[in-house]
Amino acid sequence: MASNTFFHSVRLDAAKCVGCTNCIKRCPTGAIRVRRGKAQILSERCIDCGECILICPSHAKYAESYPLSELQNYKYKVALPPPELYGQFRNLEDPNRILTALLSLGFDDVFEVAAGAEVVTERMRLYVKEHADKKPLISSDCPAVVRLIRVRFPSLIDHLVNLNPPMEVAAELARARAVEKTGLSPSEIGIFYLSPCTAKISSIKQPICNEKSRIDGVFAIRDIYKPLLAAMEAVDEVKPLQHSGRIGMSWGISGGEAASLLDEKSLAAAGIENIISLLEEIEDEKLEDLDFVELRSCTVGCVAGPLTVENPFVAKARLKAMRKYAQISCNAAVPKALTKEMHWGHPLQEVGILKLDEDISEAMKKMQRLQEIEKSLPGLDCGTCGAPSCHDLAEDIVRGRASIEDCVFSGKGENGYIPIPVPFRKSKQQK
Amino acid sequence: MSTLSLHYTVSGDDFTRAGEASGDVKKQLKALGFPADVIRNVVIALYEGEINMVIHANGGQIDVNISPERIHMVLKDSGPGIEDIERAMQKGYSTAPENIRALGFGAGMGLPNIKKYTDEMHIDSTVGVGTTLALTVLVKA
Repeated sequence: MASNTFFHSVRLDAAKCVGCTNCIKRCPTGAIRVRRGKAQILSERCIDCGECILICPSHAKYAESYPLSELQNYKYKVALPPPELYGQFRNLEDPNRILTALLSLGFDDVFEVAAGAEVVTERMRLYVKEHADKKPLISSDCPAVVRLIRVRFPSLIDHLVNLNPPMEVAAELARARAVEKTGLSPSEIGIFYLSPCTAKISSIKQPICNEKSRIDGVFAIRDIYKPLLAAMEAVDEVKPLQHSGRIGMSWGISGGEAASLLDEKSLAAAGIENIISLLEEIEDEKLEDLDFVELRSCTVGCVAGPLTVENPFVAKARLKAMRKYAQISCNAAVPKALTKEMHWGHPLQEVGILKLDEDISEAMKKMQRLQEIEKSLPGLDCGTCGAPSCHDLAEDIVRGRASIEDCVFSGKGENGYIPIPVPFRKSKQQK
Repeated sequence: MSTLSLHYTVSGDDFTRAGEASGDVKKQLKALGFPADVIRNVVIALYEGEINMVIHANGGQIDVNISPERIHMVLKDSGPGIEDIERAMQKGYSTAPENIRALGFGAGMGLPNIKKYTDEMHIDSTVGVGTTLALTVLVKA
């Protein structure tokens, strides 16, 4: 089954990696180790949030990208620009300039993800009422959040809204419109998403809630930025292509989805550390007075995605300014043909990365060993062993993927001399 | 029979640290692979106990004993003790001071909640000496 294998769009360029330990500390799921001078990603733990791409000073972490030449595989090509793209350009007032420019990059049509978001909003307002027994419901729009819950908070899987996100709904609508316009068969139409992040690329290349994504290809916003900017400057006549309003555009910013539900018993949070602590609280039943919780992995929301270009706060301000005079919504009804397609294709499966062993008694033995090892370690979390903390090294040892000698403090070097690094030397350190 | 013992010291008057013990126990129970409902019951009961220690008793000691069949917790403090245990068990009854209630705590749900989420609960309390709370959550097959 698809959910048991792990595709990741976050990749490592080993030639660029200098083996520093910046990324191991930043990774929210403890998925990175440094071995023999190079970072390694523990596949089952990675949630594709892209934090490591943002922190890597050597730019060794990157997102798998796809060339624009992929467009040639289809007779009719539709671009799906998300609202966060609109916030990436200074001095731009009208999103129609972006949408028009995309037509000169090889796309035959554009369909805004913001329009899909407005359709999803309509469905969600009903969904929240239908699922009052699962409070609080958790948004499933951010694929990094969905993957985080799958590996670290599996008991909350039932709280996730099991509706497809706006980009999938937009793809469905875009294909239907293209078939109607051209008379081509659905497979001759290529739907291409312009992604702000690695998590969305992964959710298209290997969906975990559907057998297959409705999207055929994906380009990182970062990668198309330069040609798009040139095309925008060359636009003679801006075409009125936009068909989304304030609600749809607001999904690109943290709080936009929650606000669109018109339910004051909701909460919106962004930033991976913030959302982890909120998920802990939901798990401990401390937030049951809320109907809905919107969580986004990136600070201030998708405008801050790791594959975007602009400073997150500038992008947020630009998108807010742009939506100011827009109408509330341009897609106030759920198209009849869609109602069924909006649900996930299959339930989300738990991935048990936390368990030390399938058998509780065995796990307890391993835990005892882990605690003994941890006690023998210095507790400095220095990262010199390549693991993010002493606890993680102890766990790696118990799981058989590291050894106690990996700790610089553990052994004795030549002549009994322990080469302790400067920051950790006591004032009267031997030699 | 294999068991695992954990010990925590709860510091008094520091709300930001209340929840550290229950948070750590949650991590351990997840790593051990206990069912989600067992983990939830243990964590909620323990958190309520921690908060009680901070509000009423200026901190205390927590011992957790884990075996595949059950999780046993002993929370011991040297606080003022509970004068009327029967009343303390009633929903909504609270002796928490106003400044604590202003923070949203002290709703009088602590002990009733602990009872709700555990299979066994024993209170041993002497006024002026302290309170010991013994809690058990069973792992049902």
